[in-house]
Amino acid sequence: MLWMGGVYLGSLATLLLNSFFYLDGFTGLVVRRFTLSTYQQLFTPSNMDIVFRTAGMALAVTLATIILAFPLSYYMSRYASKRQKGLLYLAVLLPLWSSYLVRVYAWKLILAKEGILSWFISHAGAQGLLDALLSNPVIGGSSLSLSPIGIFVVFTYVWLPYMILPIHAALERVPRSLLEASSDLGAKPLQTAWNVILPLSFPGVVAGSIFTFSLTLGDFIVPSVLGNSSFFIGQVVLSHQGTSGNIPLAAAFTMIPIVIMIVYLLIARKLGAFEAL
Amino acid sequence: MKAKSVVTKVFAVLLIFSAFLSACAGGQAQPTEGGPMQSIGDGEGEVSIVAWAGYIERGETDPNYDWVTDFEQATNCKVTVKVAATSDEMVALMNEGGFDLVTASGDASNRLIAAGKIQEININLIPSWSKVDERLKNAPWHTVNGKHYGVPYQWGPNVLMYNTEVFGSTPPTSWSVVFEEQTLPDGQSNKGRVQAYDGAIYIADAALYLKHHKPELGIKDPYALTRDQFNAAIDLLRQQRTLIGRYWHDAFIQMDDFKNEGVVASSSWPFQVNLLQLEGQPIASVVPVEGATGWADTTMMHVDAPHPNCAYKWLEHSLNPKLQGDLAAWFGSVPAVPEACTGNALLTDTGCETNGFNNFEKIAFWKTPTTDCGDGRQECVPYHEWTTAYIAVIGGR
Repeated sequence: MLWMGGVYLGSLATLLLNSFFYLDGFTGLVVRRFTLSTYQQLFTPSNMDIVFRTAGMALAVTLATIILAFPLSYYMSRYASKRQKGLLYLAVLLPLWSSYLVRVYAWKLILAKEGILSWFISHAGAQGLLDALLSNPVIGGSSLSLSPIGIFVVFTYVWLPYMILPIHAALERVPRSLLEASSDLGAKPLQTAWNVILPLSFPGVVAGSIFTFSLTLGDFIVPSVLGNSSFFIGQVVLSHQGTSGNIPLAAAFTMIPIVIMIVYLLIARKLGAFEAL
Repeated sequence: MKAKSVVTKVFAVLLIFSAFLSACAGGQAQPTEGGPMQSIGDGEGEVSIVAWAGYIERGETDPNYDWVTDFEQATNCKVTVKVAATSDEMVALMNEGGFDLVTASGDASNRLIAAGKIQEININLIPSWSKVDERLKNAPWHTVNGKHYGVPYQWGPNVLMYNTEVFGSTPPTSWSVVFEEQTLPDGQSNKGRVQAYDGAIYIADAALYLKHHKPELGIKDPYALTRDQFNAAIDLLRQQRTLIGRYWHDAFIQMDDFKNEGVVASSSWPFQVNLLQLEGQPIASVVPVEGATGWADTTMMHVDAPHPNCAYKWLEHSLNPKLQGDLAAWFGSVPAVPEACTGNALLTDTGCETNGFNNFEKIAFWKTPTTDCGDGRQECVPYHEWTTAYIAVIGGR
């Protein structure tokens, strides 16, 4: 235990330490002396773009997975028969058995300009709609797989199971008697949903969002396979560390998701997410 | 109170770790300077090589491509290969030590020599040296102060790959198809249909283009750019950003983009061109009038190589025309030994030309940009700034 903690905290400490070093422009070597200049380099507009792009994507993906996962989990915990429930569990978990890489590459083909989805869309007569969507300067691109929409779709797909399971667990724990009491007292179904089910299952939603948010924040594979090549945090770290040897800047960059996640986890704890796990 | 003391302990551990690490830092190994070996003794029974994927084949992927088995039988030196994916990985592995040889590209080779990790090669011990391409014998990426630090292995250009159906009878002759917006021969704009490489080294491609089209900038070496020249290249790349749907990074994804995403022109390697042509795709490549960037790899020997005799035997073997020709066919590269270009069944007699043999003079070989401009000035833009700037360009800044 102590050993594990040492390895874990030790590597984090090294990371923190490295972010206070700097790269000597003349030799390209890391100078191991305390400085804040690396952080000064970090807070430039182009780097902030990357941070906001990544965090924005993480937020959008989290919201989308909540919207998709909630009805399904609700159905699973309330209406499905035992058999159906088993099948649904299997359906949710089955994709996790195949490699994440395989699924990402498969999506690239599905979303490609000459791929199956575009083919369907053009045969369904919705080409104009797709073109209008893709001509949006912020989320558009030359095809679905080359646009931020593509990244968003794939992220939502790959992280969806991590949202369904905690929400489902939380919904299972909402006592049926409370719902009956609510309707006995004259609440309409929507009122019950809003005032009883949502607050009681909210910790599960927050727990799921920790997974989807942090996984999106740290991922570098999806944005390197799909999208318009605009960098995400993971890719920047990789390229600073791996190809240009600028380890201090890479370490400083890594601090951003760590800080974001610490804040996020503190809020999540306030909201009671850890009791739902 | 209890919780607080745990936090204090954690901080204490962190502090101790930090202090410990700082103490460990510093103290770089000094290059040990000794002359090259003067004779080759008996083999040590093995040799270990750090190489690019596909560079040392023993017939496991395709039985036709095997240049290790016969070497092992002839010399009793068992070959072990450690595959590295990037130049930085190669540098890291060689710094760690324990390996005999490395197939270093131009960006890694000079770094390794400067760090004192590579030993001088005695070319008199390598009979095949005389067969090496004259153009490579004294190349600056392995020759420093007249000393040879390695044996050329393979080289190749970054070509302009294009779709022959789109370009028809008027193949592109200039990199302008990927840098400037224009109407392609099929009547449509090139916007969204071209690609560029997503590594910062691609800035050199832009500089090479400017060298030809904006001589007033005075660019001599696309890898040694002053601030003004660098900014001009970045401006060009910003303009290029508006044409590009996606930058390419992985050779196989690029091939997929040419097949499924309607990409029709891009900088590329002969590797992708060969594979796509094998699949019957309408693809061809050209080295445009501006020239091209390219890579040249050298087999280099670690200063503390544990098996120097076997290593020398491999260096000699690596220049074997059969090996050179097979490897060139496998990798889509150009042999360092011109003799390999004729009479090789796998490469065929036109293989060398296809892979760029006659374009040597047009190629600006890859090297790591440093502040040293190469002419005494120390004001050039170093590589880590290239990375930062290129990330900003791709991000649309």
